Amino acid sequence: MTAKLKAIPISAWLGLAIVTLNLLVFILGPILAPYGQNEIVGAPFDPPSAQFWFGLDQNGRDMFSRLLAGAQMSIGVSLAASLISFSIGIPLGFIAALFGGWVDTVLSRIVDTVMCIPVLISALVVLQALGSSVPVLIFTIALLDSTRVFRLARVVAQGISVLEYAETARLRGESLFWLITREILPNALPPLIAEFGMRFCFTFLFVAGLSFLGLGIQPPFADWGGMVKDNQQAILYGLYAPLFPAAAIALLTIGVNLVVDWLLNSGAAVQGADR
Amino acid sequence: MIELILKRVALGILTLLLVSALIFAGTQLLPGDVASAILGQNATPQSLAALRQDLGLDLPAWQRYLTWLQGFATGDLGMSLANRQPVADLLWPRFGNTMALAAYAAIVSVPIAVLLGLAAAVRRGGIFDRGINIVALAFVSLPEYFLGLLLILFLSVQFNLLPSLADTYAGMSFPDWLRATTLPALTLVLVTVAQMMRMTRTAVLSVMDQAYVETAFLKGLRTKRVVLRHALPNAAAPIVNVVAFNIAYLITGVVLVEAIFNYNGLGRFMVDAVAKRDLPLVQAAAMVFGAAYVILNSIADIAAIALNPRLRHPR
Amino acid sequence: MSNILTIRGLKVAAPNGAILVDGIDLDLAPGEVLGLIGESGAGKSTIGLAAMGYGRGGCRIVGGSITIGETSLMDGSRATREKMRGARIAYVAQSAAAAFNPAIRIGEQIVEGALYHAKMTRPEAEAWKLELLKTLQLPNPETFGDRYPHQVSGGQLQRAMVAMAMSCRPHVLVLDEPTTALDVTTQIEVLALLRSLIQRYKTSALYITHDLAVVAQIANRIMVLRHGKLVEEGTAEQVLEAPREDYTRMLVAERQGNLSNAVTDHPIGEVLLDVKAIDAYYGKTAVLENISCQLRRGETLAVVGESGSGKSTLARCIAGLLPTSSGMISFDKNRLERSYKKRSKEELRRIQLVYQLPDVALNPRQTVGEIIGRPMKFYFGMHDVPREKEVARMLDLIGLPQEFATRLPGALSGGQKQRVCIARALAAKPDLIICDEVTSALDPLVAEEILKLLKSLQSELGLSYLFITHDLGVVRRLADRTLVMQRGKIVEQGATAEIFQPPFHPYTEELVISVPELRRDWLDDVLAKRKVAV
Repeated sequence: MTAKLKAIPISAWLGLAIVTLNLLVFILGPILAPYGQNEIVGAPFDPPSAQFWFGLDQNGRDMFSRLLAGAQMSIGVSLAASLISFSIGIPLGFIAALFGGWVDTVLSRIVDTVMCIPVLISALVVLQALGSSVPVLIFTIALLDSTRVFRLARVVAQGISVLEYAETARLRGESLFWLITREILPNALPPLIAEFGMRFCFTFLFVAGLSFLGLGIQPPFADWGGMVKDNQQAILYGLYAPLFPAAAIALLTIGVNLVVDWLLNSGAAVQGADR
Repeated sequence: MIELILKRVALGILTLLLVSALIFAGTQLLPGDVASAILGQNATPQSLAALRQDLGLDLPAWQRYLTWLQGFATGDLGMSLANRQPVADLLWPRFGNTMALAAYAAIVSVPIAVLLGLAAAVRRGGIFDRGINIVALAFVSLPEYFLGLLLILFLSVQFNLLPSLADTYAGMSFPDWLRATTLPALTLVLVTVAQMMRMTRTAVLSVMDQAYVETAFLKGLRTKRVVLRHALPNAAAPIVNVVAFNIAYLITGVVLVEAIFNYNGLGRFMVDAVAKRDLPLVQAAAMVFGAAYVILNSIADIAAIALNPRLRHPR
Repeated sequence: MSNILTIRGLKVAAPNGAILVDGIDLDLAPGEVLGLIGESGAGKSTIGLAAMGYGRGGCRIVGGSITIGETSLMDGSRATREKMRGARIAYVAQSAAAAFNPAIRIGEQIVEGALYHAKMTRPEAEAWKLELLKTLQLPNPETFGDRYPHQVSGGQLQRAMVAMAMSCRPHVLVLDEPTTALDVTTQIEVLALLRSLIQRYKTSALYITHDLAVVAQIANRIMVLRHGKLVEEGTAEQVLEAPREDYTRMLVAERQGNLSNAVTDHPIGEVLLDVKAIDAYYGKTAVLENISCQLRRGETLAVVGESGSGKSTLARCIAGLLPTSSGMISFDKNRLERSYKKRSKEELRRIQLVYQLPDVALNPRQTVGEIIGRPMKFYFGMHDVPREKEVARMLDLIGLPQEFATRLPGALSGGQKQRVCIARALAAKPDLIICDEVTSALDPLVAEEILKLLKSLQSELGLSYLFITHDLGVVRRLADRTLVMQRGKIVEQGATAEIFQPPFHPYTEELVISVPELRRDWLDDVLAKRKVAV
């Protein structure tokens, strides 16, 4: 076990530390925050000080407290969207792969068509129709993102189901449930876990981006993307205010990417030496 | 091969139709809302009914879709709900602006990304490869607005080299235009180069792992010749796909960048329309973005077919 | 006479630090052919590539010296090695299909080395290419080079690969299993052409192969390798006829088929499997045409043929994996459904399949105990405690220690995995086991053990086997009856002893005489018989 731990590169440790930190903030954020997220504690754009580590925002609220509180929305919405997207995409992808035939054709055609439209554009169309609210955001992103998950799950399951051990199980007369849970899923897990990291990064950046455009999470909830938008103008006066939430977004994404990179690389076996 | 290409073109057209249907369906998720959206608080049942008839909302959805599609084909994109102007007049100039910005970014980023990806792949595992990979990983993770704000802070606020707002207007001279658009283009370049470089590296590496590349090394060829003569022709098709993927990404990534730099493009225009819930505008903009995406991908696929030696020289 | 290639104390390490080749000395005289023999993991390919100063997949040469003529590869620069590769020492790979660049015409690839190393002018290189293509008896040598690799057959491409290696008139050829990927009948042609080419141009060669009989036809000297070390070295006659080491003796004995006896008598019952006039298609291509055969209880029926003969397809039809388009398959007097999906659990249980590649036939996430125990639970509803006992008994039966039950397949060797596959099939208490090339992916000595196991299981349990194979040696040792297939049709079938005795069916005869034998004059005999002028 210690040998395994030693094999983890520094970059992955850094990523794991960043992810853990963010998870702590996500869970404990509002408790740790010294001030309320909508509490006005001073003049707009007061610079960082010992009392207010990251300074104050455009309304004179404590940036640090809002960052801690905003984690709940920024991370929560994207985490929920990723989880839903995986719980839709994986079963459908597996079923398409195992059944083949018209089930596969119909599902794949639908997914192909949805994927022909850039995700941002599809999301904008839906938000135009339904307006922006947290449930709409979560489900829209989850549905759009599940197309990507579907594709990967389908390809991975197809790759496994043509292998002889899956064929043996089919020839034995095993049920679909056994095939999926015992033969395919355990072997599909490593690529799917790496994909979860990547999809989370994408949805996280996506939610933050929508909020930055004013179409994501709406006030009065604090969220990192919205905080960048609200404080954007301050940059023109040489103030760092919008950079703090933007950096928080970047930091978590880098952290997850570092972990994913490690997962993907450690999965790649070294080429055989002889023959 | 011609047959394959024609098939791909037909598929592209079919996809465009499906995309249009999907976009139309997406905007209809709340039927009838348009009329009440326009009239808002002042709506009476009579005025609503009159407006619905006026807008053709009393017709079944498939008829409205066909009318919309027909209008699109003939250049009539409908009227904006917000200011009652033809959508086409508002949309096309902004689309031109967006394409210009995307083209500017693409011209800079594509060669840089492909060369960096190639260089990293050839020196796999070396210091250059590892270094550039970490940098790329970081840049892939950075949101556009973080980079954009940093660029504004350093290049325009602190050193005053470039304007912080991408103000463009008709009849602007080319050097002025370049000056105004360099910061947004640079932001796009930074984001896409990293992604494209990583994907190019992967594509080239998978070719470098092929036995025929080993054969070339065992012939005693120098690395440069192996890469240029043996690896590149086979990596060309995957690289074209990588580039197309990223240019399509660039066209939508432009939405955020336009918001950062207040650039008068189709992306910002569409975001404003969504905020105002201006349905015809959103429909038209979504269709234009969707079409651009589908067309680019089709071109890339056709290029990949044309570059495949097995298809070029059938048995 | 001075050596053309000298290697001293060669040591090669894998990227993870494991030593693949350790302390190998090798001498190659001008015009000499040295055979490197060994099972997988012996390090023979690694040595061949190291002779060119090259390590595959991140392997590094960490010790020793390599000298070609007067030039030392290891002391010199990268440029020195590049100057030697292709020009003085050239490589022929096992799979020409992978080794040719799909985007470049074959002729261009053949002359590339000569032009790059400036050994010839373009017209000289073209003339030399033409001569080589003619020598290698490629069709239309004038225009052959204009084609792309995917436009010619595998055997032709393998010959073209030899032409590519000869491009600079190298002093040494490294031939890395050059005929292994070919069917036996094609193998003879390539082998004969290689031999005459080497003699004609007095080229030296390292001939790397796992097949003693192949190397017997072409090598002057033989080095036997195992786990990266030398086992023994000697002239071809000495190693083949009077091996000094036990390991070599076993290899030779296995190749002569001396280890297991011929088919023994065992009770044979009534008809179990009855295949009547079946046809099968992949899309619109017919892959099986009018196949009829019978298999009796306790009997072994071998299905032999070259690649593309449809022998594996027949197995898949019987298993129900590929539905037949017409005809009928009966099992124990009951008609079987065409697709396994419609067959009853009981029908599925009675026919079990064992595959060629044990690596992918075992779920890497299930322990050996789970894998073997599953059919017991699935078919017989056995509970945990009796099942554990039964798994242990089964492991005994197939000759694996009981503690293997808790291991994952990844911790097992290829032969051990194949044993587990057999145990999994046995756990269903089947009447018929379909063995699809079960020994082809294994090293000869391991394969021999698996065959022995299958034989003893048959006599103990009264199993019937449908044995799909391309290896006639296996057939002779195991099968009561044999069915010969070619291009989806049956050529002949009958008792094994009769099939392999004169008078032969012409196709069977071609197959039989194409199987390499350890006699050093075998190739000449075959060529004389086939009246192929080389």
